[in-house]
Amino acid sequence: MSAVDHVHRDLGTPGSETDRSVCLTIDGIAVEAAEGTSVLRAALAAGIGIPKLCATDSLEPFGSCRVCLVEIQGRKGTPASCTTPVEAGMVVRTQTETLARVRKGVLELYISDHPLDCLTCAANGDCELQDVAGEVGLREVRYGMAGANHLAEPKDVSNPYLSFDPSKCIVCSRCVRACEETQGTFALTVAGRGFDSAIVASAADPFIDSECVSCGACVQACPTATLIDKSVVEHGQPDRVVKTTCAYCGVGCSLNAELKGDQLIRMEPDADGGANHGHACVKGRFAWGYATHRDRVLKPQVRERIDEPWREVSWDEAIDFAAQRFRAITDRYGRHAIGGISSSRCTNEEVFVVQKMVRAAFGNNNIDTCARVCHSPTGYGLKQTFGTSAGTQDFQSVDHADVVMVIGANPTDAHPVFASRLKRRLREGAQLIVADPRRIDLVRSAHVEASHHLQLRPGTNVALINALAHVVVTEGLVDEAFVDERCERESFERWRTFIAAQDHSPETAETFTGVPADELRLAARLYAGARNATIYYGLGVTEHSQGSTMVMGLANLAMATGHIGRDGVGVNPLRGQNNVQGACDMGSFPHELSGYRHISDDGVRGSFETRWHVHLDANPGLRIPNMLSQAIGGEFRGLFIQGEDLAQSDPNTQHVADALRSLDCLVVQDLFHNETSEFAHVFLPGTSFLEKDGTFTNAERRINRVRPVMAAKAGLSEWEAVSRLATAMGYPMHYDNAAQIMDEIAELTPTFRGVSFAKLDREGGMQWPVSDAASLGTRILHEDHFVRGKGEFILTRYVPTDERSNRRYPLLLTTGRILSQYNVGTQTRRTANIAWHARDVLEIHPHDAELRGIVDGDVVLLSSRKGSTTLAAHVTDRVTEGVVYTTFHHPGTAANVVTTENSDWATNCPEYKVTAVEVRPTNEPLGRDD
Amino acid sequence: MTALIFVPNDTGACSLGADAVAAAIEATLAISRIDARVIRNGSRGAYALEPLVEVETTDGRFGFSRVEPHQVAGLFVAGVPDRRHPSCIGLVDDVPFLKRQTRLTFARAGLMDPLDLDAYRANGGFEGLARACTLTAAQIVDEVRISGLRGRGGAAFPAAVKWQTVLDAADPVKYVVCNADEGDSGTFADRLLIEADPFQLIEGMLIAAMATGATQGYVYLRSEYPRARDVLTRALVAARRAGVLGRDACGAGRAFDIDLRMGAGSYVCGEETSMLESIEGKRGLVRFKPPVPAVRGLFGKPTLIHNVLTLAAITTVLGRGGAAYAAFGTGRSRGTMPFQLGGNVANGGIVELPFGASVRSVLQEFGGGSRSGRPLRAVQIGGPLGAYLPPSLWDTPLDYEAFAAHSAMLGHGGIVAFDDTVDIGEQAQFAMQFCAHESCGKCTPCRIGSVRGVEVIERIRRGERTIENVALLEDLCQTMETGSLCALGGLTPMPVRSILKHFPGDLIPREDGSASK
Repeated sequence: MSAVDHVHRDLGTPGSETDRSVCLTIDGIAVEAAEGTSVLRAALAAGIGIPKLCATDSLEPFGSCRVCLVEIQGRKGTPASCTTPVEAGMVVRTQTETLARVRKGVLELYISDHPLDCLTCAANGDCELQDVAGEVGLREVRYGMAGANHLAEPKDVSNPYLSFDPSKCIVCSRCVRACEETQGTFALTVAGRGFDSAIVASAADPFIDSECVSCGACVQACPTATLIDKSVVEHGQPDRVVKTTCAYCGVGCSLNAELKGDQLIRMEPDADGGANHGHACVKGRFAWGYATHRDRVLKPQVRERIDEPWREVSWDEAIDFAAQRFRAITDRYGRHAIGGISSSRCTNEEVFVVQKMVRAAFGNNNIDTCARVCHSPTGYGLKQTFGTSAGTQDFQSVDHADVVMVIGANPTDAHPVFASRLKRRLREGAQLIVADPRRIDLVRSAHVEASHHLQLRPGTNVALINALAHVVVTEGLVDEAFVDERCERESFERWRTFIAAQDHSPETAETFTGVPADELRLAARLYAGARNATIYYGLGVTEHSQGSTMVMGLANLAMATGHIGRDGVGVNPLRGQNNVQGACDMGSFPHELSGYRHISDDGVRGSFETRWHVHLDANPGLRIPNMLSQAIGGEFRGLFIQGEDLAQSDPNTQHVADALRSLDCLVVQDLFHNETSEFAHVFLPGTSFLEKDGTFTNAERRINRVRPVMAAKAGLSEWEAVSRLATAMGYPMHYDNAAQIMDEIAELTPTFRGVSFAKLDREGGMQWPVSDAASLGTRILHEDHFVRGKGEFILTRYVPTDERSNRRYPLLLTTGRILSQYNVGTQTRRTANIAWHARDVLEIHPHDAELRGIVDGDVVLLSSRKGSTTLAAHVTDRVTEGVVYTTFHHPGTAANVVTTENSDWATNCPEYKVTAVEVRPTNEPLGRDD
Repeated sequence: MTALIFVPNDTGACSLGADAVAAAIEATLAISRIDARVIRNGSRGAYALEPLVEVETTDGRFGFSRVEPHQVAGLFVAGVPDRRHPSCIGLVDDVPFLKRQTRLTFARAGLMDPLDLDAYRANGGFEGLARACTLTAAQIVDEVRISGLRGRGGAAFPAAVKWQTVLDAADPVKYVVCNADEGDSGTFADRLLIEADPFQLIEGMLIAAMATGATQGYVYLRSEYPRARDVLTRALVAARRAGVLGRDACGAGRAFDIDLRMGAGSYVCGEETSMLESIEGKRGLVRFKPPVPAVRGLFGKPTLIHNVLTLAAITTVLGRGGAAYAAFGTGRSRGTMPFQLGGNVANGGIVELPFGASVRSVLQEFGGGSRSGRPLRAVQIGGPLGAYLPPSLWDTPLDYEAFAAHSAMLGHGGIVAFDDTVDIGEQAQFAMQFCAHESCGKCTPCRIGSVRGVEVIERIRRGERTIENVALLEDLCQTMETGSLCALGGLTPMPVRSILKHFPGDLIPREDGSASK
């Protein structure tokens, strides 16, 4: 594009991975290029221009436009430079009379079937066809415009974000190839042949009704205005770029925010982004409109009592109000009566100041984070076994996997950009094992099919993983050399004896999990026998009463089979939120300072005390569930909540509401009023990711820069508001900018040594641990040895959850996400993404539906021993008999009205994924919706 | 002794009534006392004689040409063929159209039941395979190299180069693919061979597998050939039953089998790379080369691709030896070529000759002049993308290089004759129309260029700004030839340019607006 100075220069074809290079001559210039590189890429990289249309370096060469033709000495004809690999000694000419004629001839043909409305075209200034026509010197179209053409083809504007104008299509197939190669959805195709060739979505459906997942890869790939962002159509071309990081899921895509003034025009994924390499999804690319939604609260608000209306006040007044109330509580009830919750949606710097405020200004360790309710078992389980509370790999590692086990995760919906990479690897021949109660899309979709779908009953994960390990141990599939060298022998022997017992056999497991023993055995052999096998898991692993046990079970299995410590293997949590990893890293847990170091460690605590000039409490503080129960009990009375809708997202809604209502002071820092702010006394307006300056750390431990695209709409950054509150509480806290916070983090946290905004700006995102030895970070953990020294095998006895189906509640409810929506929907519901998911539905097996007289679309009452809500039923065999499933993106669904207070034994992570329920047809209206 | 009566089951013969004739003969035999049996053979390829009924006698096979069902009863007198019957043409082997040919590939065509393996063997079948079994893979490739055999599908690429490439490829999985998507107008040799002598193709593919190490073969047959499909399907079953194909097909426990895959009516799927796409179950879209299929072909594996006639010729190359095969022909065009003579000629059909005969001799000696009786004015050789040649060039020898020198090609060997009533301007437009209809749509010169070509030629024929439009047409031809991804767009200019060169008056109207000739 010409209007915006792109960081990435399109070199036409993908780079070659080899380090062998060859020398050739292009237009008399000696050029060196990696073996396997195309002539086109070699020339463009050397600054020699060759016009091109169908080639773009995110896609394999196609050779259709016939514009990048060259002449090569000793070869017949005019080969396309995009499809011709370089060879040593090759002599290439890119500009000859013949080439000029044919290029002009081809462009003349293109333009003979293209509208001549460049001046009013939305791609004006960003059109490769226009550019190439200029480059080749096309001056006239001698064919005239009266011949056969596609100029009257109607536009498809059914998709809320993109428009498709076939009259401008040059049939280069870049969109189709992007849909296949980059996204892996295969929604687009070419219908017809010859001159009738036309791009269609699914079976020539309107885009909105097609299989298209609106990832936007096609829009980005389109060289003309055929597929274009509606925002560009409306506002024109952007004129500046700010590189930042997506704030939705834990993939952490690098995005280029393209602006005109402070008007965000579009988000383009960054080709150099370490996590996403130029790809994005419908949320990251398009669903940022909430940032400027009219519901945003832009002025601080206070109220004496929660039944009073809000009063807009100045920042100073709001902060004084909060500080006074908190102080009043501690004066009366002691310093342990208040606390804070940090948010996985905020930057590392914002989280760090919140926990600092709690520890230094509140004077206690009552700090917890919303990661408590998602991935706390990951931190615990991986720390126990490997020594580091984080996933072992980067996303790129999956390119080397031969077997991929996906457990309790639904990447195509929840982590779509990683899913695309995974699907590409699967198309290359890697085999897939899916363990999920529900038939997720990965089990069978275009050009992807799981070798094994272990469709287990919710709540039986540990029985499943033990059975897999049992097969490994009893069938001689242990990687003895790895275990010998890398693991605690004693713990292994103990575990081997434990797991070899008959009660862990697949045959026994079958009685719990419902997965046929044979299938379990085959899956175990496939995983163990692979050259490289890797595990990716999500909340379906952690959000259980045995969440931590299951994480350790995964770690045991990976260690026993030697699938740790190199490319293509590992144990990888797919983090739900953009900064779950970071929020945990930053010392958000009551017992841990940044870098997962225990608060009781005098040395560690001492370093913070020295730096912060304050005495820190050596005793761990309260976890969220403790805060809530103590609030009901009256001992806990003041809470600061950063960016989390506790009342909607935490289990057992009634219990949460009772607790929040009991507080003397609830301070909420957020973008919008929500269920939680109903109970708040102070509302501090937050900043959207477009206003933040800081870093997010994604699921691969990659610290990515988040840069402000626009000024903070409420006037203050979140870290500034928190610093002021801490200061008002009597602990002076001041930073000139967010970079100083990172400097402090780096100073205090060994795994962040040397990290600074300047370094991240210079080198790009990097994966912790960053150290003197690994100054650009660490892609893969535990390569030579485990961080804890030797890997520890931990016994993982299966203990069935207390939440069991019975006669009254015969079904098991489990929950998940859908592609277009994000968590409780605070953001995505305030964007056009609502077009794809106007309401949550309850998936129920046809047999269970029939027993209850439920037909597809019926409103049903979903009830548990905790509460009930109403939903529309979707009858489908994606779920097995006895299991129902819902998403929780709409507040009206109130899925957590029914979830229980059961939680992980180690971390208190709630057991969202198993609730015994009953479903009945009802005449009640659908759950409240806002 | 039971007399044998042959009635072709060939598509061409049947379109002329052979099935009805066969039924009539069966009916006659059923009520007469003649001790005879009807064999449905393939066609000998002399279509002017079809339906050609042959009766085997101790003197040889007597033929009755253009037999109609009502004549059947009169073909026999007292149980023997009536040599004085008006439709009797005497001994079939003596028919000049056949006798003057050099039949190597089509030597067996029409002699037997195409599905009779014993008959195939008795008529020289499997000699090539037997010889191949005594050679190493490299020696087989050497034989092919010595033979000088070039691809008969149209591109005339030296066969041995492909064989060597596939042989040298280290991949344990390789394929042999036979291209039987015979789409050129005026061609029918592939079909006739499959319908008359399918085991020869199977034998040729087996030899190719032995030489290259392929374990699986595919035949890609056009959907417009239902009879060929039927014959080949049965032939494959018979070959498997006889152990010719299967687990030990190549000896020493080396397996080889052949799958039949049907096209779906697309001409461009006869282009080798789009054929591979089609076999893989994808849209018939042309792939770029390199990599050539011999390196990365079907399912990404090294693949030997040949036309039916090339693979069939392999049996002769091995059976008689490469040198014996190379003894036929001229220059770099070695061996024989089964030309397919059609259009406005008296005698159409297969004319297998060594390379080097002149166009004129084929038209006159075999074709017998025009069917209409009017003077012949043009021939198009090499299918719809071949050049139209005027009589002044008919002394050109049928030889790849000699044709190239005249901006023409032999292609797959189709020869279509036109008499002086032809509107060659319309033929020029048809060339572009054909391309527009069959373009896969991948590359721009072919996808849009062919459509513009039709429009520009139409304007020229209407006499609109002819100088500018002819210049535009020439530029377009240049763009298509230089820029197209495959031979469809690349060769479409050939007939157009030959018309601009040799028959300009047919295309460009005179001042008064009338077309001149």
